[in-house]
Amino acid sequence: MLKLDSKVPTGPIEEKWTNHIFNMKLVSPANKRKYDIIVVGTGLAGASAAATLGELGYNVKAFTFHDSARRAHSIAAQGGINAAKNYQNDGDSVYRLFYDTIKGGDFRSREANVYRLAEVSGNIIDQCVAQGVPFAREYGGTLANRSFGGALVSRTFYAKGQTGQQLLLGAYTAMNRQINLGKVKLYSRREMLDLVVVDGVARGIVVRNLLTGEIEKYSAHAVILATGGYSNVFFLSTNAMNSNTTAIWRAHKKGAAFANPCFTQIHPTCLPVHGESQSKLTLMSESLRNDGRIWVSKIKGDKRHPNDIPEEERDYYLERKYPSYGNLSPRDISSRSAKEVVDEGRGAQGQEAVYLDFRDAIKRLGKKVIEERYGNLFEIYQNITGENPYEVPMKIYPAPHYTMGGLWVDYNLMSTIPGLFVAGEANFSDHGANRLGASALMQGLADGYFILPYTIGNYIASERPKLVETSHPEFEKAENNIKNMINKLLSIKGKRTVDSIHKELGRIMWNKVGMSRNEKGLKEAIEEIKELREEFWKNVNVVGKNEDVNQCLERAGRVADYLELGELMARDALNRNESCGAHFREEYQTQEGEALRNDEEYAYVAAWVFKELGDWELVKEPLEFENIQLATRSYK
Amino acid sequence: MEEKKLNLTLKIWRQAAPDAAGGFQEYKVYVSPDSSFLEMLDELNNELESQNLDPIAFESDCREGICGTCGLVINGHPHGPIPKIATCQLHMRHFKDGDTIWVEPFRAKAFPVIKDLMVDRSAFDRIMEAGGFISVNTGSVPDGNAIPIPKDIASEAMDSASCIGCGACVAACKNASAMLFVSAKVSQFALLPQGQPERYRRVQAMVKKMDELGFGACSNTYACEAECPKGISIKNIARMNREFIKAKVKTEEIDV
Repeated sequence: MLKLDSKVPTGPIEEKWTNHIFNMKLVSPANKRKYDIIVVGTGLAGASAAATLGELGYNVKAFTFHDSARRAHSIAAQGGINAAKNYQNDGDSVYRLFYDTIKGGDFRSREANVYRLAEVSGNIIDQCVAQGVPFAREYGGTLANRSFGGALVSRTFYAKGQTGQQLLLGAYTAMNRQINLGKVKLYSRREMLDLVVVDGVARGIVVRNLLTGEIEKYSAHAVILATGGYSNVFFLSTNAMNSNTTAIWRAHKKGAAFANPCFTQIHPTCLPVHGESQSKLTLMSESLRNDGRIWVSKIKGDKRHPNDIPEEERDYYLERKYPSYGNLSPRDISSRSAKEVVDEGRGAQGQEAVYLDFRDAIKRLGKKVIEERYGNLFEIYQNITGENPYEVPMKIYPAPHYTMGGLWVDYNLMSTIPGLFVAGEANFSDHGANRLGASALMQGLADGYFILPYTIGNYIASERPKLVETSHPEFEKAENNIKNMINKLLSIKGKRTVDSIHKELGRIMWNKVGMSRNEKGLKEAIEEIKELREEFWKNVNVVGKNEDVNQCLERAGRVADYLELGELMARDALNRNESCGAHFREEYQTQEGEALRNDEEYAYVAAWVFKELGDWELVKEPLEFENIQLATRSYK
Repeated sequence: MEEKKLNLTLKIWRQAAPDAAGGFQEYKVYVSPDSSFLEMLDELNNELESQNLDPIAFESDCREGICGTCGLVINGHPHGPIPKIATCQLHMRHFKDGDTIWVEPFRAKAFPVIKDLMVDRSAFDRIMEAGGFISVNTGSVPDGNAIPIPKDIASEAMDSASCIGCGACVAACKNASAMLFVSAKVSQFALLPQGQPERYRRVQAMVKKMDELGFGACSNTYACEAECPKGISIKNIARMNREFIKAKVKTEEIDV
C-alpha cells in the first residue's frame, strides 16, 4: 500500500520554508545546463516555472496545446491576486492571509503549504511589478488594493478586471525572454497524452502534434504538470473550451494519486444558462460583490421586473444571514445560499438566477466611479445579455469554476511518482475544500516562480536522475497505447456525437455531484456514469482521421477521461460523510442549513490510487492543525 | 425568454489543408438569437458530425473575449460587424431572420491558413520573443511600491497592455501590417519606468522581427483600430514610430 509522506519540514511554521531552503541540496551553476526539464502547460504556473528554471540554467521544454503560450486559461481570471503586503495598514499580515486561507478552505488543507503560500505572496507582487505588469495605482503612485470574499482586509492587487491577463502576459514575456536566449524551447499545438514512467520514476511524456497527428516522445530529468483544472467535466463551466483533465488523468493512471477530486468550486457570480446550445458559462468577477448587493424577492414566483420590486419586498439574503461578511461571504456559502433561494421558488423572475444590484453603489459613489471599477465587466454583461446593468440589476447564478482537488503533492510539490511535479490548479495543495477569491493567481505564481525552482533543484541534486532515451521500450509502449486508443476512437463510428455524450455527463455531474450531494444521488451517478462510459466506447462517432487537424478527435480523448474522472469524483464525494467547504452533503448540515464538518473522522486528504477502471484504493493523509485551532467557520 | 429563432444562410470558407484550394460552402442553420456566433458553429458542427461529415475547423477557447484564440472574418469584418468585441462575444441577436452571412479566416501573408477557418499566428510570438519583455530575473527585484507610477501613466500602460494578440489588426489592414500589435507592447513598456533600460533595444528588435516575418507597412488607414476588439488606439503606432526614430538617433543600431 502506498504511504503518503508530506515531507513537511520540522520546526515552527514561520521557519519551515526558510530552513527547508537552506537544507535543500543545490545543483552547481555549471551542472544545471546538463539537466532537461519538461513543463506541460504555459499558464501562470507553467510559464512562471519555465521562465525561472530557464533563468537558473536548466534546459526547459515547454508544451502547450494552444497555438501560443499566451492563450492559457489563466488569462481569463478577472478580479485580482492576493498578497499579504499590508499596504493598506488595515491589519493584514502573512499570518492573517495564512489564517484566512485555512479557514476559507474549511480546514481541509495542509498548514505548512498554506503558510508558505502566504509567505511568498508579497514577492509575487514585486516580481510582477518589475516585469511591467500595469497594476492599478493610487494618485500618489502606490499600488491600489480592493477587498475580496472571505477576508476583512484589502489585500487584492488588480489590473482593471483583467488581472489574470496581465499576470499571464508577465510570465509569458519572462518565458519569451528565455526562449530568445535558447534556454526554453516551446512546443506549441502539442497535447500531452501520456506520462512515461521507467523504474517508478517520471522520465518523459508522449504528445500528439495537433497539426499533423504525429505522436511525439520527449524525455527529461523531471516533468512538471501545470495543466489546470477539470471543471469542464460538468460540460458547462467558466473554464475555457479546451481546458481539460487529460494530462493529470493519464498521469493518475500511471500511478500519481489524485487528491480530493470532489472538491470543486461553484462560483457564485456567473451569467445564468440561456439554453441548450450554450457552450460555456461566463464568469462575472467576484470583485463585483464589493459594491453590488445580492438579493431576490421575498415573494415566491415573483415575475415582476426587478426595478418594480420595492425595497421592503427585497431579501438581501447574504446581508441578512451573514451580517459581518454580507455580500463578501466566501464562494461556497454564497453559491449555496443562491441555490437555496432559487429552490424556494424565489429566483429572479422565476429563473435560476438572483440579482446583483448596483443601484445603491451608483447612488453612493456615482456612475463614473462604478464605471472606472467595473466598466469592462458591465460591458461584457450587456453584450451577452442585452441588458444594461447600470439601470437593471444583473442576473447571476453559480457555475462550476475551479477545482481544489488535483494530483496529490508533497511539500516539494512532487506527486507520488518521483520526478513528477504538479503546480497550480492541477495539484490539490493549498485551497482545502474551498478556494478564496484572488488566491488562484497567487498559488499558480507562487508554485512557478518561488517554490518549484528550489524543490526541483533539490530533487536533481539528491536523486541525480539519469536521462532515459526515447527509444526505451517504455516510451514505445506508451506511444503504442496512445496510437491504439486513437485508432479505437476513430473506428467506433457510432451514432452519438462527442458533445452529446459530454453534455449528458455534465447533467449527471451538475445534478448529482454538483452544489449539493446526497448518498442516493451519488450512488446513482456512479452507475449512470459507468453506463454512459460504455455507451461512449460503443456508440460515439469520431469523424475524420488522425493524420490531420482533428478537433473532434481532440475532444473525444478528453471526454473519455472525464467519463472516468467523473466516477472518481462521485466516489470521493460518497466517501466523505461530512460537509466541508464546497462539498455539501445534504445529510450533514446544521439546523440552520450550514455545512457540518466531521473533524473526528474526515480531517484528512483523500488520495486515490488507480488500480483499474472502477477500482481505486483510498489512502489518507491526516491533516494536523498545530497553529490554527479547528473551528466551525462563521461568517456571521 | 424564448425568442423567435432565426433562419440563416452561412457561406463558410472550407480549405482542407494549407496548400489545398479553398472555397465557400453553403449551410442553412436555424438558431436562437440568444446563442453566440460560435455556439451556432458548434451546433452546425454537431449536425455535420452526426452526418459523418468533417466539422468546420475553427479555434476558440475562453469565449469571453480575452484569450485571443478566436478570430473569424464575418461579412468582411474581423470579429464581425459589432465594434470592440471578439468573435466569441458576438451574439446572434445582431442578425436578422433570412440573413446570409459570409465567414472567412483571417487573411494575411504572415498568417497562413491551416485548415478551414484556422490560421497560424505564431509570427506574433516570434516578435514577442525578439524583445517584448523586460529583462528581469525572478527574485532580484525591489518592493512593488518602491517604483511609484502615476495613476494616469499606469492606466495608459494598461490600455496598451490589454491587447489580446488575436491578429484582427493584421487581418483588417490592406497591407497586413502588424504595427498596432507591436506598438501596443512597445508602448506599454515605453510608458513604464521599468521598461526604460531596454527601451531602444526593444523597439528595434521587435520592428526588425516584424519586418522579417512578412508583415506589411503602415499606411495610416486606421482599419486596425476600427476592428480591434479591445479598442487599442493608433496613438500607440505614433508612439512606436517616435520610439523607433529616437532609438536610431540615441543608440547604435543593434544586432538582432
